[in-house]
Amino acid sequence: MATNYETHEYDVLVIGAGGAGLRAAIEASAAGVKVGLICKSLLGKAHTVMAEGGMAAAMGNVDDRDSWKVHFADTMRGGQYVNNWRMAELHAKEAPTRVHELEAWGAVFDRTKEGKISQRNFGGHRYPRLAHVGDRTGLELIRTLQDHGIHQGITVHMEYTIVSLLKDGDRVVGAFGYDRERGRFRIFKAKAVVVCTGGLGRAYAVTSNSWEGTGDGVSLAYHAGAELLDMEFIQFHPTGMIWPPSVKGILVTESVRGEGGVLRNKDGKRFMYDDIPDNYKSQTSTDPEEGWRYTQNDKNAKRPPELLTRDHVARCINREVKAGRGSPHGGVFLDIAWIKEKIPNAAEHIKRKIPSMYHQFMQLANLDITKEPMEVGPTTHYAMGGVRVNGDTQATNVPGLFAAGECAAGLHGANRLGGNSLSDLIVFGKRAGEYAAKYAKENSAGKINDAQVEAAYKEAVEPFERPAGGGTEGPYQVQYDLQNMMQANVGIVRLQNEMEFALAGIEKLKARAAKVAVQGHLEYNPGWHTAIDLKHLLTISEAITLCSIDRKESRGGHFREDFPNKDPEAQKYNSVISKQADGSMKLRREPIPAMREDLKQVIEEMK
Amino acid sequence: MNKQVTFRIWRGDANGGKFVDYTTEITEGLVVLDVIHKIQATQANDMACRWNCKAGKCGSCSAEINGIPKLMCMTRMDTLNTDKVITVEPMRAFPSIRDLVTDVSWNFRVKTKIKKFNPRKPDCEDGTWRMMQEDVDRVQEFRKCIECFLCQDVCHVLRDHHKHEEFIGPRFLVYTAALEMHPLDTEDRLADLKQAQGIGFCNITKCCTKVCPEHITITDNAIIPLKERVVDEYYDPLGWLWKKIRPQG
Repeated sequence: MATNYETHEYDVLVIGAGGAGLRAAIEASAAGVKVGLICKSLLGKAHTVMAEGGMAAAMGNVDDRDSWKVHFADTMRGGQYVNNWRMAELHAKEAPTRVHELEAWGAVFDRTKEGKISQRNFGGHRYPRLAHVGDRTGLELIRTLQDHGIHQGITVHMEYTIVSLLKDGDRVVGAFGYDRERGRFRIFKAKAVVVCTGGLGRAYAVTSNSWEGTGDGVSLAYHAGAELLDMEFIQFHPTGMIWPPSVKGILVTESVRGEGGVLRNKDGKRFMYDDIPDNYKSQTSTDPEEGWRYTQNDKNAKRPPELLTRDHVARCINREVKAGRGSPHGGVFLDIAWIKEKIPNAAEHIKRKIPSMYHQFMQLANLDITKEPMEVGPTTHYAMGGVRVNGDTQATNVPGLFAAGECAAGLHGANRLGGNSLSDLIVFGKRAGEYAAKYAKENSAGKINDAQVEAAYKEAVEPFERPAGGGTEGPYQVQYDLQNMMQANVGIVRLQNEMEFALAGIEKLKARAAKVAVQGHLEYNPGWHTAIDLKHLLTISEAITLCSIDRKESRGGHFREDFPNKDPEAQKYNSVISKQADGSMKLRREPIPAMREDLKQVIEEMK
Repeated sequence: MNKQVTFRIWRGDANGGKFVDYTTEITEGLVVLDVIHKIQATQANDMACRWNCKAGKCGSCSAEINGIPKLMCMTRMDTLNTDKVITVEPMRAFPSIRDLVTDVSWNFRVKTKIKKFNPRKPDCEDGTWRMMQEDVDRVQEFRKCIECFLCQDVCHVLRDHHKHEEFIGPRFLVYTAALEMHPLDTEDRLADLKQAQGIGFCNITKCCTKVCPEHITITDNAIIPLKERVVDEYYDPLGWLWKKIRPQG
């Protein structure tokens, strides 16, 4: 009986405690409602800590030509115009206020000479725009929100996993989950639920995401009836570590290139000059000297091609490697050490500008980046797609359910610009918290359905009831096989027949996942947690593959070798995934609403 | 390059436990956490271990490796003598939950008791402040902290003397220092430091500084200056006299 489970009651329940979740929880509690916050790990450990480069906000502190209009146009260009333009507008307009708010809560950003918040260059941003703290901006963001949030009266549930959202009719009225430490199941009753669960990189073998990035929120929302948007757009970050094998996929921040780092193939050639896309030609330098000056904040210089958008740089690296011009371990060289030709005390300068990268390579690869080039290659980094939301309120199509941050979709279109993620979290985390609180005030609590709770419990503990042997297997092998299949067939370069193979493969893996057996106890049992994550990973992998098969063009993070060009017709729709009554997954194309005239004009002005 | 290694891992919970040996093959370039994961996936599916980023940024995988508090994700196997058995055990200053996972919730409770950041009025009409880089360098050093709690684990005041009710430990002295030295902050935390937070218990053995994976100069840059401030406030006779006789208002 459901009455046997301890029940927590909230006005707003926020699932996920990275930047978006914390910001949503802070906003909701500031609105005067009772807020519960679920963390999959300990508070302050979420994947937001990994964000390095900074958060984009057109404050104009370093270059006063910047404005929300330029930021908006940059975001739309980067997203190749399939973005939710309303979100791109709100994001560009509100990011500066959200960044200043962080300072009021104790964040300590790097400063300009005038004592303002400093801003750095980043790929796809026309002007220096990223507020930053060395290369640990994500840590600064999450710690600031955490240290502010703990005084807000928010109830924090650390190391809990949510296995299902609970519904009363069409409406989401709570969630069901367990604490990872003891394996005790709990009901969280809430008038409004916000999912802020972050990314899904763990569907791939090579990823910068931590174990938490298993797409839980996207999958939970989907199974509760929420529509998913643009799942084909996955960002492969061009520079992940590739050696030694244990660190494969760990991110090497774009700031390395922003500070003057260059990409070279094994012949020492800066291959990025060979392929500058037409829509960026007017902004990109063909002269290495000018590119260097750009990285040193020369306002009159154009950016070097290393700072083109991530999708493009990733594909260029992929091409070099495939053509046999790669580095010894199958990547290319990223060289920051060369700047010693340009500035005195270069080693100290590098250590001060990108300290985490210096330590990361020193400790994990035993390599001194102030002396030697790094080896890098693409890594699965970010999902542009996710839960479909209303741009103003972050509400999903399911009443009572909201989403924000990486697990929500729309802002970034087909490709996210670096630095637009941290600002996304605070702009739309805030909005999600605000509107979830409003919804909670306007609606009474729903009813918890015991049968739903029991079904979710049974599904969660089933792996323990399957005896080992006799057709069962452990969860890890199924997870590895899925990750390798997605990497090989729905990765950075895509082909129809490979993706169809993957789609069939997902069905086979679903059958295997249904037979996964785990041993032992409910307390902090990683095998069991992996078994539960499998459902989410399979759900999102299916959605990614379906959307990728359907989009027969190349755009942003979605690159098809069989359709290498952009199709102007395909710029007119988004891919929408929904769950059918029979449990099957259905895809439809939905026209993108016409952009407001004033915004169209902004884009024209900025061309 | 492939080699057999034996890990002696503590398995158990709050009721006790024992070391169990696992032998596995390692390849080039692994860190301790990789080997733990391999053992978990192949020999001990239910072995509990806390981790997240695997890049030294989240501070989740703290443990004691051959008796020394370290992050498992940042300890390369080639820095250890793999001819000998390698012991991995949980942080001993905190209660066990299971295997390598400890109950660190005390730390989160301590933090809520420290007075929050309280900035002066904005410097500019647009609600922003001006701070110079050289004035925030020190605070930024403290804010590098990833809250791995290795400094708390190694601190003998907590580890051996269990003064958890009277002493907040190096992590939260660094946290307090970051607030106290923040150019915008207006709060006074010295009375709390002296009384409830027990700064006097620290006798500057610098064990915390040695284990900090972020290389924060905990003792010299955070704790000693805080101690000096407390001494100036409460134990300086001239200062005390001045406070008594200075013109009020």
